[in-house]
Amino acid sequence: MTLFGYPFPILTLITFTPLLGAGLIALTPRDSVRLHRGLALFFSLIPLALSVWLWLNLDLSRPGFQFVERVVWFPQVNAQYYLGVDGLSVMLIFLTALLTPLGVLISFNITQDPRTYFALFLALETGILGVFVSLDLLLFFLFWELGLVPMYFLINNWGAPERRHYAALKFILYTMAGSLGLLLGIQLIWAALGGAQGGTFDLLEVSRRWPALQGTLAGVPMEVVKAIVFWAFVIAFAIKVPVWPFHTWLPDAHTEAPTAGSMILAGILLKLGAYGFLRIVFPLFPMESARFALVLALLATAAIVFGAYAALGQRDFKRLVAYSSVNHMGFVVLGIAVAGYALGNPAIRDHALIAVNGAALQLFAHGLSSAAMFALVGVIYDRTHTRDLEAYGGLWARMPVYGGILIYCAMASVGLPGLAGFVAEYMVVQGAWPVFTALTAIAMLGLLITGAFIMKALQKVLHGPLNPRWARLPEISAREILAVAPLMAFMLLTGLWPAWIVPTLNAALAQLFG
Amino acid sequence: MTIPAVPIPILSFIVFTPLVGALLLLLIPRHQKDAARAFAAAVSGFTLLLALWAFVAYDRSAGGYQFVERMSWLPQLGIHYYVGVDGVSLPLVLLSALVLFTGVLVSWNIEDRPHELFAFMLLLASGIMGVFVARNLVLLFFFYEIAIFPKYFLIAIWGSTRKEYAAMKLVLYTLVGSIIALVGALALYFVSPVRTFDMDVLRELAARGAFARTVEVFGQAVRFDYLWFLPVFLGFAVTAGLWPFHNWVPDGHSAAPTAGSMFLAGVVMKVGAYSALRVGIELMPGGAVYWLPVVVFLAVVAALYSAAISLVQEDLKYVIAFSSIGHMAFVTIGFAAMNVTGLTGAVLQMFSHGVMAAILFAVVGMVYDQAHTRYLAHLGGFARVMPLATLGFILGGLVAMGMPGFSGFVAEFQVFAGIWAARETAWWYPWVVILAAPSIALSAAYILRALQATFFGDLDLKRYPHVRDVTALDKVAIVTLAVWFVLIGVFPRVMTDLIQTGVEPIASLLQGAMVASLR
Repeated sequence: MTLFGYPFPILTLITFTPLLGAGLIALTPRDSVRLHRGLALFFSLIPLALSVWLWLNLDLSRPGFQFVERVVWFPQVNAQYYLGVDGLSVMLIFLTALLTPLGVLISFNITQDPRTYFALFLALETGILGVFVSLDLLLFFLFWELGLVPMYFLINNWGAPERRHYAALKFILYTMAGSLGLLLGIQLIWAALGGAQGGTFDLLEVSRRWPALQGTLAGVPMEVVKAIVFWAFVIAFAIKVPVWPFHTWLPDAHTEAPTAGSMILAGILLKLGAYGFLRIVFPLFPMESARFALVLALLATAAIVFGAYAALGQRDFKRLVAYSSVNHMGFVVLGIAVAGYALGNPAIRDHALIAVNGAALQLFAHGLSSAAMFALVGVIYDRTHTRDLEAYGGLWARMPVYGGILIYCAMASVGLPGLAGFVAEYMVVQGAWPVFTALTAIAMLGLLITGAFIMKALQKVLHGPLNPRWARLPEISAREILAVAPLMAFMLLTGLWPAWIVPTLNAALAQLFG
Repeated sequence: MTIPAVPIPILSFIVFTPLVGALLLLLIPRHQKDAARAFAAAVSGFTLLLALWAFVAYDRSAGGYQFVERMSWLPQLGIHYYVGVDGVSLPLVLLSALVLFTGVLVSWNIEDRPHELFAFMLLLASGIMGVFVARNLVLLFFFYEIAIFPKYFLIAIWGSTRKEYAAMKLVLYTLVGSIIALVGALALYFVSPVRTFDMDVLRELAARGAFARTVEVFGQAVRFDYLWFLPVFLGFAVTAGLWPFHNWVPDGHSAAPTAGSMFLAGVVMKVGAYSALRVGIELMPGGAVYWLPVVVFLAVVAALYSAAISLVQEDLKYVIAFSSIGHMAFVTIGFAAMNVTGLTGAVLQMFSHGVMAAILFAVVGMVYDQAHTRYLAHLGGFARVMPLATLGFILGGLVAMGMPGFSGFVAEFQVFAGIWAARETAWWYPWVVILAAPSIALSAAYILRALQATFFGDLDLKRYPHVRDVTALDKVAIVTLAVWFVLIGVFPRVMTDLIQTGVEPIASLLQGAMVASLR
């Protein structure tokens, strides 16, 4: 597609439309709440429409990145404004663009300074989308960090009153500590590739030159340098995913964030970490990835089991859902670990491709189910002002529609066949079984606990005698249903007919193995 | 029709407009306070326009010293009135003009002798910009000393908390530092084969190794530049707040009135770093190559130590004051890289930190004017009454924590990249990066802590029943400063291309000295 003879900068447009919207909202008068809501919804729907167009126009038969934009940005260090997408990033862009308007919709009831809230929310979307389109390491880092700031303020200013400051600070310090390693790693790569003479941040060029690089950097053998950078990257991304034991920021941040913030956190921000593994760590460190894949698989299994156990022990509904993210993202990491192992063992590539496709699909499936679950927790919290599971009880009688939706989404989260989570987890397990048999078996036992904690939540909220405090509780509103319904539709679509999405992912992920 | 090219002495205009303005200001009758304020704003605004014009009109493809003016002053001693700007000094001239203009705006409501206040500020700006444009050593020192005394009066008269003590401490520290540096400069003059203070000639001599010769001290043969680099560099570095000579910074910055703090942290510290670069590194590159890899450890300590200290301050102004030490340490680290990347980062860090410190101190001042306290424990909730000032503080804070997309990141990134690229200089250079990098995470922590305690949470309406939003002039000041963060963060070439033209000759001078020292 061209515009007046110039290539149409579709990726720039997708990425910066929300920021433009944020700027416009900031300029509107403080009291016109309806205008803020309308603008926020409008500006979050544009990237959604564009991302659908992007998906439809992505040429799956062509390897490599498409819709590339490339401009010199920072010549002193040879950094470029270099954008491009493949199937994996298009899927994540679509997920981001889908969840943002739903988050806006669920936030219509925000009364405290909605202008700033919506502006930050849209700025957050720009930061996330930027990560998915960047093909320059420095640009990637820029967007990576930029997303943190709005999220910090969303938690800090609009979070649950009791512990929001603590949670916000913990969130930003954890992730910033990770990014510090990321930054140092990026600089080491740049320096090792020649610094001011020949150093580059171009991801494709780096992945061509860096893995084969020999020699020394400041007297340190390149092997050691690579190991240092590898671990710096792995830790940064592992904090974001989060891989056990780097997950402790997550329960606090997810629980204290406002509803839409939790939706974006669990739905998309966690995916940034997994995306970093697939997009940066594997192409740049095939040998190291293969060597340490077992460690990653071990941590993934720990995340699955401990995440489920921790969720089972919660009394706080939102915290339970938060811990379930640790559990579900464990399957993503397990699939990724298999792919990493296959980078050094070509014999198992067929298994690995299935596993990593499952991991990518799990990103999508968990994006849908976790966002839906947090939205539903938010719905009930708005009505009862408590998240204590013991305080609910028998709500199905009062809110039958809400109860139905909650059960549907909870089942998607457990991985009921016919819904998205099942397909994804099944693919991961199938691919991982021949490679890490024992760990996969343990992880599958973890699934039992997943079922247990979801059942516990459903039972405490919906069943049992109706707590008289909630005798006059209003049913879920049309706006709230509208915010969850698209997610439910995609859960069903993906569960019944995963072929609508898997070829797109597969086209990108097959590139990992050359 | 062609317009005959009349060379406009733009730099002299920039330097002397504030000085003449200061004198004229004192002629305004004492009771006409608003007239004095308006006049100061007009003079500083005009200076800013001139500086912006120079910034735009500077020919980046040609590089080198431009807008040069030269007049004989004391030719027998090799002293000329000789000024010019290159890619290093031009951003700093612009910075000074920015801080002057915004400093006047935020000082609008000071009722205590505004005539003298603005006169001192203009005088200070004149001296500072003189240092940045001087191309003759004597002229540089002349302006350097001019810039010291207005600071004393600004703090001692309009300051707060232990103002006399802080003012005296600041003046003594800077004076002692500058005198040591001056002695070094005189030594340079006497050892030079050509008796001149002309910095072009001196640099040319330095490039040919004229100051790398041996001199006899107490019967020992020592290389001249090894001997004198350290006193000159550190003498100036006192003003730049380098650890362990930073002691005047927290007291001085905190005791000064708002505009004074903006000047001190925003520009005066840069005067020190700039002079250390121009006189120390540029004229004695051999000494720089010998000593900077050692001096860099002071900067690493400064970065970590000041960030840790900031984290536990109870006084909002002290948080920002200590943070200045850490950010200026990155300038020294960039110098120590001794290559184009590192030096570009160092100079950009000077500009970036200058604007950042100005905006942070300005906002702290606005909070203090309303709350009459700076204790974090007593503040809180000010975001509700002063949203734009809060935004200014947040943006400045993002620069301070090195957030990508803002100017601080561009600068600090280049400093670190420069050190990586210079890893052949000393085996410990990678460790410099690894040791200094945690200070960035610490800065995120102290900025967020200060932000949290001051602007968020609940406003104590009993304690602060009358707080109002900041004035329109304050808002103009905040916006004038904040645009630069984003402009440079998103389009780094606005500054980096210009700075690069200025640091390339310095870097090649240092490379030459490095090669010579290996021989």
